[in-house]
Amino acid sequence: MTTDTHEADWAEAMLRVREARDTAAFEAIFRHYAPRVKAFLMKSGAEPGLAEECMQDVMATVWTKAGLYDPSRASLATWIFTIARNRRIDAIRRARRPEPDELYWGPEGEPDQADVLALQEESARLGRAMEQLPEAQRDLIERAYFGDRSHSEIAAETGLPLGTIKSRIRLALDRLRHEMKMKR
Amino acid sequence: MTDTIRHHLPDDILAAYSTGSLSEAFSLVVATHVSLCDECRATLESIDAVGGAVLEGCEAEPVAAESFEATMHRITGQAAATMDRPIQAAGLFPSALRSYVGGDVDAVRWRSVGMGVRQAILRTEPGASVRLLCIPPGAAMPNHTHRGREMTIVLQGAFRDEGGRFCRGDVEVADDHVRHAPVADAGEPCICLAATEAPLRFRDLLPRLAQPFFRI
Ligand SMILES: [Zn+2]
Repeated sequence: MTTDTHEADWAEAMLRVREARDTAAFEAIFRHYAPRVKAFLMKSGAEPGLAEECMQDVMATVWTKAGLYDPSRASLATWIFTIARNRRIDAIRRARRPEPDELYWGPEGEPDQADVLALQEESARLGRAMEQLPEAQRDLIERAYFGDRSHSEIAAETGLPLGTIKSRIRLALDRLRHEMKMKR
Repeated sequence: MTDTIRHHLPDDILAAYSTGSLSEAFSLVVATHVSLCDECRATLESIDAVGGAVLEGCEAEPVAAESFEATMHRITGQAAATMDRPIQAAGLFPSALRSYVGGDVDAVRWRSVGMGVRQAILRTEPGASVRLLCIPPGAAMPNHTHRGREMTIVLQGAFRDEGGRFCRGDVEVADDHVRHAPVADAGEPCICLAATEAPLRFRDLLPRLAQPFFRI
């Protein structure tokens, strides 16, 4: 598997979970992401036992909320990250996490296939850009996501290609809004 | 409606919300704005993508032996009650704000703070506070300063101050030592949601000693 197809393949596996409640596809997702979610939670300060607990919760949510996953707006890694982050806020900081209103395609709607591919490609490109960052800079970004409160400025200075991924997401949101208006 | 928004969230606030380091009070203002603004939603989701790359790059931590089976067990114990989550609330408040208020604008338990201004403090973790404010048409908000950052989003009506005119969905971010005196537009009362890092200090309205009683 090349890096380029990697993201798209995971998105594809997730769609099988969403559409067909495909346990084999979910198990593949679990084997890949569960150890990473657990690592993410431990780096964020959770004890191994709590991290395992929360990770199982996170992965169960991946299954139950599969219908909300939109591959034209997020890679599977990104979507799982948001679930893990919210679980961390709840479990470690013991605070509520106010979330924006959900926007999703609904039971019949489908994002455009070209949008999905473009977004997944952009996500792969972002991943490669991350790997190529100087170690100190990458470390700073990682620490921010592991919950180190003192480093919260990521977008502006890192030189990551966030502008292109943002315009892709913007396009997908416009199409989704259009779809929602048509249904009303 | 999302195209009419002129005043957006700064990137560093969206980044702090994405990493999960932003306080609950400010996070509620962010969630409220993003519910109304696709421009900031796109920025936020692109910053989330960095979090995705960080997760992908995490070195795998061994999971418990029966981890997958245990997870499947959790799933069967859960109702698949996911799709009836609040999508887009009809009314004034997005769903995050509703969950703090216990309903839409008609469920708010207002308290008068004088000069016709009413407020309702919402319960969040300590360190920062957030409250709803209702200012009569044409009235001035009590003149105040604050020690930390303050973030205000308009939900109904509009107000004007040195920063410009702010309508539904617009956010004003004010930093330390700014002295501003917003004035509500004529027409309907201006309802906003305001988060502050430190307690507000009203200059004209209340002696400073009285503040603890009002929890502001
Ligand atoms: Zn905005």
